[in-house]
Amino acid sequence: MPNILEVDEIYTDIGQFHILEGVSFQVPEGSVTVLLGRNGAGKTTTLRSIMGLWKPHRGRINYQGADLVGKPAYQIAQLGIGYVPEYRAIFRHLTVAENLRIAERKRGQLAERQRFIFDLFPDLERLYNWPGGQLSGGQQQMLAIARALVAENKLLLIDEPSEGLAPVLIEQMMQAIRQLSSHSTVLLVEQNFRVASQLADFYTIIEDGKSVHHGEIKQLLKEPDLIRRYLGAA
Amino acid sequence: MSLQTATVLRSNTFRSSLLFSAAFIALLVLVNFALFNPGQVSVVVLSGLYQGMLFFLVSAGFSIVFGLLDVLNLAQGSFFMLGAYIGFAVYGSFPEGTPVWARFMAAIMAATLGGGLLGALTESALIRPLYARPVFQIVLTFGLGIVFTELVRAIYGPAGLIPIQPPAALDTTFPILGARFETYRVFIIVVGAVLMAAILLLLQRTRIGIIIRAGVQDSEMVQALGINIRRIFTLVFALGCAVAALGGITAAPYLGAFPSMGDQFLLSAVIVVVLGGMSSFEGTVIASILVGLTRATAEQISLQYLQTPVLASLSILLIMIVVLLVRPSGLFGREN
Repeated sequence: MPNILEVDEIYTDIGQFHILEGVSFQVPEGSVTVLLGRNGAGKTTTLRSIMGLWKPHRGRINYQGADLVGKPAYQIAQLGIGYVPEYRAIFRHLTVAENLRIAERKRGQLAERQRFIFDLFPDLERLYNWPGGQLSGGQQQMLAIARALVAENKLLLIDEPSEGLAPVLIEQMMQAIRQLSSHSTVLLVEQNFRVASQLADFYTIIEDGKSVHHGEIKQLLKEPDLIRRYLGAA
Repeated sequence: MSLQTATVLRSNTFRSSLLFSAAFIALLVLVNFALFNPGQVSVVVLSGLYQGMLFFLVSAGFSIVFGLLDVLNLAQGSFFMLGAYIGFAVYGSFPEGTPVWARFMAAIMAATLGGGLLGALTESALIRPLYARPVFQIVLTFGLGIVFTELVRAIYGPAGLIPIQPPAALDTTFPILGARFETYRVFIIVVGAVLMAAILLLLQRTRIGIIIRAGVQDSEMVQALGINIRRIFTLVFALGCAVAALGGITAAPYLGAFPSMGDQFLLSAVIVVVLGGMSSFEGTVIASILVGLTRATAEQISLQYLQTPVLASLSILLIMIVVLLVRPSGLFGREN
């Protein structure tokens, strides 16, 4: 599988804090790749650096031949990268329909993709005219992912999709991510190791702002010491 | 009523804000009926709507710009004044014999366009480098207001220009319950109401409106969806300035043009925006009507009972204090 994304030694500062100090990994096309690591390791910063929301001051991010470093976020999105942030960023005062419509990159795109989205998240069809702020946490998470699906993004960056969700909703979310991964490549940040290990094909462990391990997730599952050492889970 | 409107109206906060505002306006009208005869009441109501629309034209841009860009544009009043002067310049540039309505329409279009262009230039050249520095923005826009005023004073002199002549059909008065009222002031009410409806429609029913409302909440996420928010910032700033400039030229046949006219309206615009709830456009619409009616009522009380204009000047400050004591975030403001 060719790589759709190659992150090469990126360094990102936020204010005076050095958050990323050499993160490198590749995302093979059509795969689900997960960034693992403890809280504060730099996983979210890595996604935000790819998306152009924070600017790395060193390193390269190659997406299908284009270097993303220095590009504004809107141009990165237009290259076909969808972003689902950890805080979901649902527009609370817009309806579900408007939250989806804003993600259109060309006229009529929502109409074309509506069936696919509603098949994936049937609740959203029922709640189409509800304000985003009145949805439950799970419904907001579905909407955040659905919004990234309106434009035909080739790569989806999804940050902590299971965070704050009830177990039954986590299952539903996992199923949806599995389904959508047959259409797009997914780069996931996930704190819940059980979820991560069931969804992902590849992993990268980030520790103190550095990438320290990469590989196939099935190999990682055979190394409980590594899991315990870096993730605190067995 | 669309489902969308219904869902918004379902929101308890919005409903209680509407009820509170309606009760306040009803109270004002009742005070009028208790103090004045029906003819005077109708003149006060129309006069209040007229003033409210002028306040709206200055504060609409102020409110949207603050909501989306977090910029307190203290030069907003200057765009109102510049609109009047651009309009005067265009009105006066036509040869003798040109029909008044043609000069008037050309003045309105030139002022609106000029205000919008100047606004776009101001945002992209001066405000954009200062988005991360809110205090600098306040100083800059305050200073810009002074520069515009002094430039106009240097070119046209400090005395101001006498009102231009509106088209004949608008240059009349009409009877209302035994009193008389100027048709031109009704024209201003109509212009304001049409703009209110147009901006509400733009914000509620168009994709650009959706982007603006989303950007007010989270401009970073809007960018991450592939939208060039900088371009939207410029557009919104230009729109705000264009509306203020339109207000200036629309008021010109009644008020004339003078260098400090923007400053007079700026304070009222700030009060309207604070009263309505910072960054709530619906709040700005309702608050401008409320402030207009309050001021007109206070003017009539001053005229009839007090023989001093002090109450009229203080009335909108008083109303702001009263409303903020009851609703600290303004009529339609959100706690956060």
